[in-house]
Amino acid sequence: MSEAKKPEPRVLPYVLAINEGIRTVLREQDDSFIAGEDVAAAGSVYGYCGGLLDEFGSRRVIDTPISEKGIMGLGVGASATGCRPIIDLMFMDFLGECMDEVANQMAKMRFMFGGKATLPVTVLTMGGAGGGMAAQHSQSLEAWLAHLPGMKVVMPSDAYDAKGMIISACRDDNPVFVVLNKQSLAMSMEVPEESYEVPIGEAIVRKQGTDLTIVAFGRMVHEALDAAEQLKEVGLNVEVIDARSVQPFDTATVVTSIKKTHRALIVHEAVKFGGIGGEITAQIQEEAFDYLDAPIMRVAAPFSPVPFSPALEKLYIPNAAGIVAKVKETLEL
Amino acid sequence: MAQAKKKAAAKKPAASKTVTKATKKSVAKKPAAKKVVAKARKAPRTAVKKGASNKGPSNATLKSLHLKMLRIRRFEERAGKLMEDGKVPGALHLYVGQEAVASGVMQHLSNEDWITSTHRGHGHLVAKGGEFKPMFAELFGRSTGYCNGKGGSMHISNMDLGMLGANGIVGGGPPIAMGAAFSNQFKGNKNVSIAFFGDGASNEGSVHEAANMAALYKLPCVFVCENNGYGEYTPQSGHQAIVDVADRASGYGMPGVICDGMDVMAVYEAAGEAIERARSGGGPTLLECKTYRYYDHVGIRGMGLTYRTDEEVEAWKKKDAINSFEKRLIQLGVMSRKQLDDLDAKIGEELEEAIVYASDSPYPTPGQLLEDVYYVKGA
Repeated sequence: MSEAKKPEPRVLPYVLAINEGIRTVLREQDDSFIAGEDVAAAGSVYGYCGGLLDEFGSRRVIDTPISEKGIMGLGVGASATGCRPIIDLMFMDFLGECMDEVANQMAKMRFMFGGKATLPVTVLTMGGAGGGMAAQHSQSLEAWLAHLPGMKVVMPSDAYDAKGMIISACRDDNPVFVVLNKQSLAMSMEVPEESYEVPIGEAIVRKQGTDLTIVAFGRMVHEALDAAEQLKEVGLNVEVIDARSVQPFDTATVVTSIKKTHRALIVHEAVKFGGIGGEITAQIQEEAFDYLDAPIMRVAAPFSPVPFSPALEKLYIPNAAGIVAKVKETLEL
Repeated sequence: MAQAKKKAAAKKPAASKTVTKATKKSVAKKPAAKKVVAKARKAPRTAVKKGASNKGPSNATLKSLHLKMLRIRRFEERAGKLMEDGKVPGALHLYVGQEAVASGVMQHLSNEDWITSTHRGHGHLVAKGGEFKPMFAELFGRSTGYCNGKGGSMHISNMDLGMLGANGIVGGGPPIAMGAAFSNQFKGNKNVSIAFFGDGASNEGSVHEAANMAALYKLPCVFVCENNGYGEYTPQSGHQAIVDVADRASGYGMPGVICDGMDVMAVYEAAGEAIERARSGGGPTLLECKTYRYYDHVGIRGMGLTYRTDEEVEAWKKKDAINSFEKRLIQLGVMSRKQLDDLDAKIGEELEEAIVYASDSPYPTPGQLLEDVYYVKGA
C-alpha cells in the first residue's frame, strides 16, 4: 500500500459533481428518490441526472408532469410521511408556480405542528443569468427562500461544494434548497470519489486578505476571486468569503473577517434591492459597526428583469470589473 | 358595484337548484341505505363496483358512525360558542352540517392512513380519533394542545393519528395527500391517503395538479370533495360553471362518484368502495359529497345573511345527517332514545372537562417561540 502511486486527482465538472451527489444519496438512503420534470428518461435538461434511471430504476427516479405545485406537494407529503425525497425544480424562476407548497407548507409544517412533523426534503434548483434565457429562466431568487423561517438555502459555488452540499442537504432533516448555477455547469475541479459533506451554515474563506472583505454568493465567488487577482496587481490584498449558505447565514465568519479588514463588500447576482446583501449589511452593522472604516458596499444586479439581448445581459450580470471598481471606490482610490 | 350585486342575485336560483337536486336525490335513495347512493361517472381505468359488501355494516359500525358525527357536532357547537364569547383567539371555521362526510370516510381508516384536511378541519380530526382535551387546548393556544398551541384551529394536526393538518390555504391539502400516497406506494404498504377539499378548492390549480399526478401514478389516494355549495361566501354557481365537481374526474382518468353527503351511510358505502380500490392498487377516485354548512364561513351565525337565504338553510337542516341517522338507529333497534340521550350527555360532560383542562393549561413559554422552526439534532 505504501508503495502505491498516489492516484492522479480526479477532476470533475460541476454538472457531474451534482450527478455524483445525487447518486451517492440514492445509494446511501433507501428511502430517497428523485422526482422532477425530465429527470428520468432525459436525465434532466442540464444532464445532471444522466444514468440515474439505469442505476436506480423508475421507482426511485421519477419523471413528473410539468406541475410544480404537484411536484413540490409530492416532496412535502412524502417527506412528512417517512421518505427522503429529492425534488428537482428545473428553473428557480418556477418557484412562482409552487410558492404555496414551498412557503406555506414545506417551510412551516414542522412549526405549525408543534415539532411533530419532520420534513427531510431536498430541492435542487437552478438559478443565474448568462445563457440568453431572458427574464423567466435566469433569476436569482434565493432571498425569497431565505426569508422563510423553516427553510435552509445553500448555493454551492463549485463542483466540490455541489456534491458535498447535496449530500449534506439530503442528510439534513429539514427542507433544504440547493440553488445551483447554470453558468457553472462546465467548471471543473478535483472532486473526491467518496461520500463527503460540506456543512450547511458555514461560510469559507476562499482567499485570505487584509484590506477589505468580499462576501460573495454562488457563482459570484469566482468573479470576486478574479477581482481579487486583478486588485493584487495594484497592491490591494482583499479577503474573499464564499458564503455557501444563505440560510442559515454564517455571520460569525464574516464578522471575524471584518474585524481584520475593516471594510466589506457584498456581491450577489440577484437584484440589489431586497437582495440578501441588504440583510448581510445590516447584520455586519449590528455586530461590527465599531470596526468599520468605510460604508458597507454592494455589487449586485440592477433593479430590472433579466434582459434577453446579449448586449444587455452582459451589462446586467455583476462581474469582476465591477467588483474591482467598487473595491477601489470603497477604499477611496 | 350595483351590477355585480345584480349578477349575484341572478345566480341565486341556480344555487337553490343544486339544493333541490340533492334533496331529491337523498329522498329517493333514503329507503335503500344499504344500496350505494353513489353514481358512477365515466371510469376509464377502473369500473366502479356496485355495493361495497353483501352484508350490511355491523351494529358496532353503525354506533361508531353515529358517535363520530355527534362528537363532531357537539365539539363544533361548543367551540363556536366559545369563539362568540371571545374565549378563543382567531377565527374558527366550523364543520356543523357536514359531519356525515368526515365520519363516513374515516370509518374505513386506521391511524396508518393519512388524511389532509381543510381550514374547516376540526371535524376531520375528531373523526380520525382526535381527543377533546388537546384539541381545545390547541384552539386556546395552550402548550398542551396538539401543536403546542403553535398551529391553532387552521393548522390543527396529529401525526400519530395520521392527520396531516388542517390547512389555512384553500387547496393546500391535496398535493400533500398525493405526496403521502406516493410515500405509501413507494414503501409498498396498503395504506391510503385522503384529500378533503371543498367545491371552492376544486378551482385551485394545486388540486388539479395533485389529481392528475395521483391518477398518472395510480396512487392510493381518494379525493373527497365536500361540496357545501359555497366557496367562502360565493355560491357554487358563482365560482364554477359545473354543478357536479365529480364531472372533472374523467378528465384526470379516475372514477368520479357522487354521494349524498347528508347521509352517513351513503358516504360510508361510497368511501368504502373508493378506499378499497385505492388500497388494492386501483388508483384514486374523486368522491363528491353533496353537503351543507349550517354556520357561516367563519363562526356561528348562519342565518339572516345576505349571500344565502334562511329558507335554503332550513331546507338543508331538514336533511340533518345526525337526526335522520338517530331515527334510523332507533328504528333498527341499534340504540334507544334514552341511550342516545345518555351518550349525548356523556359527550357534553367530556367537552366541559376538556374546556376546563384547556383553560387551566399553560400558554407556551417565550422559549417555545423559536422551538421547532427547524429540526435540530439531539434537541
